[in-house]
Order: sequence, then structure tokens, then C-alpha cells
Amino acid sequence: MKAAAFSYVRPSTLAEACAILRADEDARLIAGGQTLAPMMAMRLARPSQLVDIARLPELAGVADAGDALVFGAAVRQAEAERSPLVAARLPLLAKALPWVGHQPTRSRGTIGGSVANADPAAEIPLVLATLGGAVDFMTCDGPGHIAAQDFFAGPMMTALPADAVLTAVRFPVWSTPVGVGFHEISARRSDFAYVSAAAQASFDEDGVCIACTLGLGGAAAVPTRLESVALKLAGRRMTDAEIAEALEEAVAALEIMTDSYASPEYRRRVAKELGARALRDARDSAPGSRP
Amino acid sequence: MSAPVTVELNVNGATRTADVEPRTTLLDCLRDEMKLTGAHAGCEHGVCGACTILLDGEPARACLMFAVQADGYRITTVEGLAPAPGELGIVQDAFCETHGMQCGYCTPAMVLTAHALLARNASPTREEIVEAISGNICRCTGYGQIIEAIEVAARRLAVSNAGVEGAP
Repeated sequence: MKAAAFSYVRPSTLAEACAILRADEDARLIAGGQTLAPMMAMRLARPSQLVDIARLPELAGVADAGDALVFGAAVRQAEAERSPLVAARLPLLAKALPWVGHQPTRSRGTIGGSVANADPAAEIPLVLATLGGAVDFMTCDGPGHIAAQDFFAGPMMTALPADAVLTAVRFPVWSTPVGVGFHEISARRSDFAYVSAAAQASFDEDGVCIACTLGLGGAAAVPTRLESVALKLAGRRMTDAEIAEALEEAVAALEIMTDSYASPEYRRRVAKELGARALRDARDSAPGSRP
Repeated sequence: MSAPVTVELNVNGATRTADVEPRTTLLDCLRDEMKLTGAHAGCEHGVCGACTILLDGEPARACLMFAVQADGYRITTVEGLAPAPGELGIVQDAFCETHGMQCGYCTPAMVLTAHALLARNASPTREEIVEAISGNICRCTGYGQIIEAIEVAARRLAVSNAGVEGAP
């Protein structure tokens, strides 16, 4: 379980990192390394060189852009988990972060790394897809921007150009007070999720849903926002019956993954149940809701 | 092989250097180059937690880092927890007293994880203790006495901290 030989470089600017990636297609970026290092130990990844971007100043810090929180790609998951700004402005991400790996992997793992890795069972990409966020990237040709719905292309596959550095992750912040819900099921605490569900909802003073969103992870090849659920529940009080009805159709239409751990039938049944729980939690924790 | 590079690491309060290949993990550097064998090599791909060390006081997996990435951090191994040679810290003592171990392979990592938990949270609930050690696998004990050890250490630390504050 030892990695194959590679060379190590720690560029001091983002431009330098981009130039290295452009010049060597076998170079790989490393920041937290909590997925890449085990892949290398198992020799499933054999990069020619590791480009360490963890300390690039361009990738640090969390900024409040008003309608979004913008995370530098190299912000550690543990830093986000402890951030009062995240707790206050992005309660859905705050609720999901304790489910990401274990505390010792969150102390190294980064927000941008998890998004770029695009594991279909990962929690941070799920929150990004559920809220309809976006990523920023940089190549030698200049900056770029991709919406979450176009970013996740398949299991561990993204629309990011091969020589790009993912620089920031943008999570939308709603202008109205929200309630959130997050549920996940796996074989053991913090193992890969068979299914996870993330929901957020907002209500007006009459107890009517202004907006809501539900995303499912682990179930399909990419983290998936169920647009039809949001459309059906907006303008309603989001009663348990309305939630169940909206989910029934949306989950039936999903293309569900299968593996040796969980059958598609099981995943579909759990997706419906966890989706309903996440939506009910979002409703019940939102100011003004009266189902 | 790729050419060795010199790394300068802050380990247990002292600056140590080693010449390692870039592919040398922090774990192998600590064990093989610096002869600090308290961090154990278990699965070597981030699952078992036996290689846990503290990076700036936070638990991290030494097998999931290369030594070349580790400069600039305060690295603590179990060897750095004892107050003096031949003595045990409060957490280590509690593990002895409750016999929070069997074969001992997971023990240094459990002790470091407990140490970091208690530094952050002086009176953790049982649930918080279980959550903190959930990334550390023990194949012998069933975890009961490990949890008890951490509860005992928390009570002892509370008494010892109160004693310091109340001292003349």
C-alpha cells in the first residue's frame, strides 16, 4: 500500500499551478488528499507529479457575497464546520458537514476537493446541487464558471476542463428565512451513503411555501435536485400528504444506481422516505410554517 | 524512485529533518526516519485510524499525507503526550486504569483522539465520545472500556483544572 513514485511541486501562485497542469497531463492537484492519497496507495492513481494547492492564497477563505457564500476551494471542511458564518447563512451545509467522512478526514479534506471529486454519495456536492450553486475555475486561458446542474457529469466525473484548477464554490443564500433537513443512511456511521436527502424550505406569513428544494445523493449517478418536487410544493402548505404525493412521482422517474450493497428497489424506497423526512424537517424548522 | 527531498517538520515541539522521497507518507517518515513508532500502520488507506496524529491539535490520518506536505504544522504523536519520560498523561493513565485496550494496536490513536476531544470539549457526553472515536477501529474491545477511559479522563481533568484555578 505505497504510492508509485511522483515528483512534488508547491506553486506559489494560481497562474503557476495552471501552467503546470497545461504542460503535463499526468500531473494531479492535491489539497486535502483524503481521496487522492488512498487512490495512490492502492495504485488506482499514478500521477507523474502532485501539485500542492492547499496553501495558495487565491483559494483561501469564505466570503459573503450577499446572495451566496463563496468558499475558496482549499477551505478545509473542518473550518467550514466551525464557521459561525456558515451556521448562520448556510444552515443546510452546516447540517450536512458532520456527515462528511470522519473528523480526522474533515480536518484535512477541502470543500473544493469534495466537489471536484464528484462522488455520487458525497454530501457537499449534494448540498451544492440542491441549492443550485456553481463553481469557479481557472485555466491558462482565464477564469470560467459552471452551474452545479451542468457540473456533475457522472460518478467521479465533472465538466471541469482537464487543465483547470477549481478555485471557488458558490452556495446560494436565500433572502428569506429558511428551514433545513438532512438525512442519510449507510452501513456504518460516516461510510458512503446508500441514499442521502437534503432539503430547504421558506414560508410566507400565511404559512404558504414560497420556495423549497430537495436533492438526493447516492441514489443516482450524480447528486440530483428534484425540480418537480419544488414546483409541486411551492404555493402549498407542505402537508405530509402533499410531500408524499410530490415524492412518489419524482422518485419513480429517477434512474437509480445499483451496486453490491443496495438494490435499486431498496434505494428507491429509502429515497422516498428520507426525502420526505428531509422535507418535513425543513418545513418544521422554517419560521412561519403551519402545515 | 524519485530524488529524495529534505523535509523539516515540527514534531512534538522539536524541529526534525529527514531526507525522503515525495511518495513517503508522513506515517512512514515518522516511523522509519524519526523512529516515532507510536503512530501505527494499519490499513494505510485512511480507513482504520491507527495512524492518527494531531496536526495543529486536530486529529488527522498520517497515512493520508505525504511528509512533503507536512511542514509548517505542529505535529503531535503519542510520544509527545507524556509529561516526562516514563510518566503518563491523564488520558493515558485513564486508559491504563479502565483497561481501555486489549492488543494495544489502536491505543495510541485512541489516546490522541481523546486528547484532542477533551482539549475542545471538557465534558463530552457519551454520544460525543462515540462520535469522536468513530473514525478509529478497535477489533478487540467492543469500545466499552475505551469510552469509559475517556469519561474517567474528562472527570480527572475537570478536577485537576479546578485545582489549578483554586490554588493559592
